[in-house]
This record gives sequence, structure tokens and C-alpha cells, in this order.
Amino acid sequence: MSGLRAAVITFPGSNCDRDMADALEKVSGTTPLRVWHGDADLPERLDFIALPGGFSYGDYLRCGAIASRSPVMQAVIEAADRGVPVLGVCNGFQVLTESGLLPGALLRNAGIRFVCRDVELTVENNQSLFTGGYDAGQTIRLPVAHHDGNFYADDETLDRLEGEGRVALRYAEAVNGSARAIAGVLNQAGNVLGMMPHPERAIEAAHGGSDGRAMFESAIKGLVGA
Amino acid sequence: MKVRVHVSLKPGVLDPQGRAIHHSLEGLGFTGVNDVRAGRLIELDVDDGVTDAMLDEMCRKLLANMVVENYRIEKVAVRQTQGEVAA
Repeated sequence: MSGLRAAVITFPGSNCDRDMADALEKVSGTTPLRVWHGDADLPERLDFIALPGGFSYGDYLRCGAIASRSPVMQAVIEAADRGVPVLGVCNGFQVLTESGLLPGALLRNAGIRFVCRDVELTVENNQSLFTGGYDAGQTIRLPVAHHDGNFYADDETLDRLEGEGRVALRYAEAVNGSARAIAGVLNQAGNVLGMMPHPERAIEAAHGGSDGRAMFESAIKGLVGA
Repeated sequence: MKVRVHVSLKPGVLDPQGRAIHHSLEGLGFTGVNDVRAGRLIELDVDDGVTDAMLDEMCRKLLANMVVENYRIEKVAVRQTQGEVAA
């Protein structure tokens, strides 16, 4: 597994970009490219784009709202439309919903409080590029750290997401009030995944768990190993 | 021209902040408050040439998230704005 051309996008206020780059490097063996939000163009021939967690633009207006309108996001949207895999974690998930690449919105946690702990998740769809390394129905444990992770979409959209197998991950415990306990959703083509839990913070034993590793391994294997 | 954009959560969308404010009001002993919804007020100072259609587009593209929020545009007459500080 080598030769992966991955890019990690950094917005002002991103704070998981280094963790994301480190995880991609540890799993793929190749150092990802780092892209600044003001860049109008992405590096050419990208295999993978990661939108990291954090508090882009201080969560001003709405979480992810300003970042989703930054110059680089137009390029990310075009790349996603061409089929380039995009993984958005936490604030990256919020940016993806705000940009329209994923449906729904992420609202303030139902319990008001910031939630920062490990949570159990169920892998609902293991047929995607990102989740192929898990078993369907498998329980995994990943850290969450967010204030606005309460996934909302109208019932019609939720029914469609479930019917099309686009719910990748569900919380196996009460976390933030998300509709139908949704923790991660895929776009229709399956090349964009947004999720609130942090797989990049669970890559090796020193992190306290390594259940996130398979997400990067399966994505990279699907891209470079094929 | 001064424009106020009122952004509010759509009916039916859970508003944990409104609920917390409601609980806090009750904690202060205020009774008779049936519900609280928290929103956002954005004030714009725009050129006279900015059209209603442009304002509408600003709201739909950025100021409100149309998945969960509604918006209302209020144009404020200049004469009123001078007195509004005390209002």
C-alpha cells in the first residue's frame, strides 16, 4: 500500500488536520499533501480528500458554514462529483452538509453539552469504500468530541438514506440526539462519507483503541490496491 | 439601506438552546412561558442598488441553512434606525 495521493484540507480553526494526516501516513506509508482553504485549486490526480475536525472560522454563523463557501471547497465539490473519495470527520462532516455534498444538517447536541468520550457505533453498511474493512452490524468504538453533532433531516430524507443504504454508521448508545441515531452518512454515489466520530484518533493501541484503522485501510486498499 | 435578516429554526426542528433558555427562565421564577425558540439576527448595511432578489440569494446561499432554518428580511428605514438604540 503506497503511492496514495491524499490531501488534507486545513481551514482556519481546523485542529484535527495533523491527526488526520498522521493517520493517513501511518496507514498508507505516504505523506499526504496539505492544502490551505484559500487555494482555489486542489493538487492534481488526488486519490483521496480528507476534511478534518476542528472549529473552522470559530463556528461563526453555523458550524462549517463559512468553510463550506471557501475557495477550496468549490474544488472539493468538483472532485467529489468526479468520484474522488472525500472523508469528512466532525467539523468536516458539518462542512459537507453545509456544502450540499451530503444531505441534512448537524444541530446543537440535544443535551446542550459538548460530548467528549469514546462511544460505541454499529457499522450499518460495510459495502462502501470506507467501511469495507468492517463486518455488517459490527460494533466499533471511536472517540467523539463535538457540540453540534445532532444529525437532522426530514423524515422523507431519512427514509431515503436508510432505503439506499447510505447510513454508514449508527450510534449504539445515546450521544447527541441524532435522528435515527445516525453517526455517518454516504452520498448517493458512495464516494463521500461524513461522520461525527473520529477514526483518525483510533489508529493504534497508544490511542486507547484502533477501531478507526480499518476505515483508512479499506479506503486505501480500495484505491491503491485495486 | 439597513436590512435585518431574522433567521429562525423551522417549526418542528428541535431547539436545545431555546429549551435551555426556557428552563432558565423557569428557574428564575417566571411563569406562563409556554415555549422558547432561539434564532439569529443579522444586520446588513447595503447599497441602495442591492435588490430584493440579491438579498434573497444572500439568505439562501449563506445566511440561513435552508435545511433547518427559515429567514425573514426586514428593511429598516434610516429615520427609524437612529432612534432604535434606545428602543
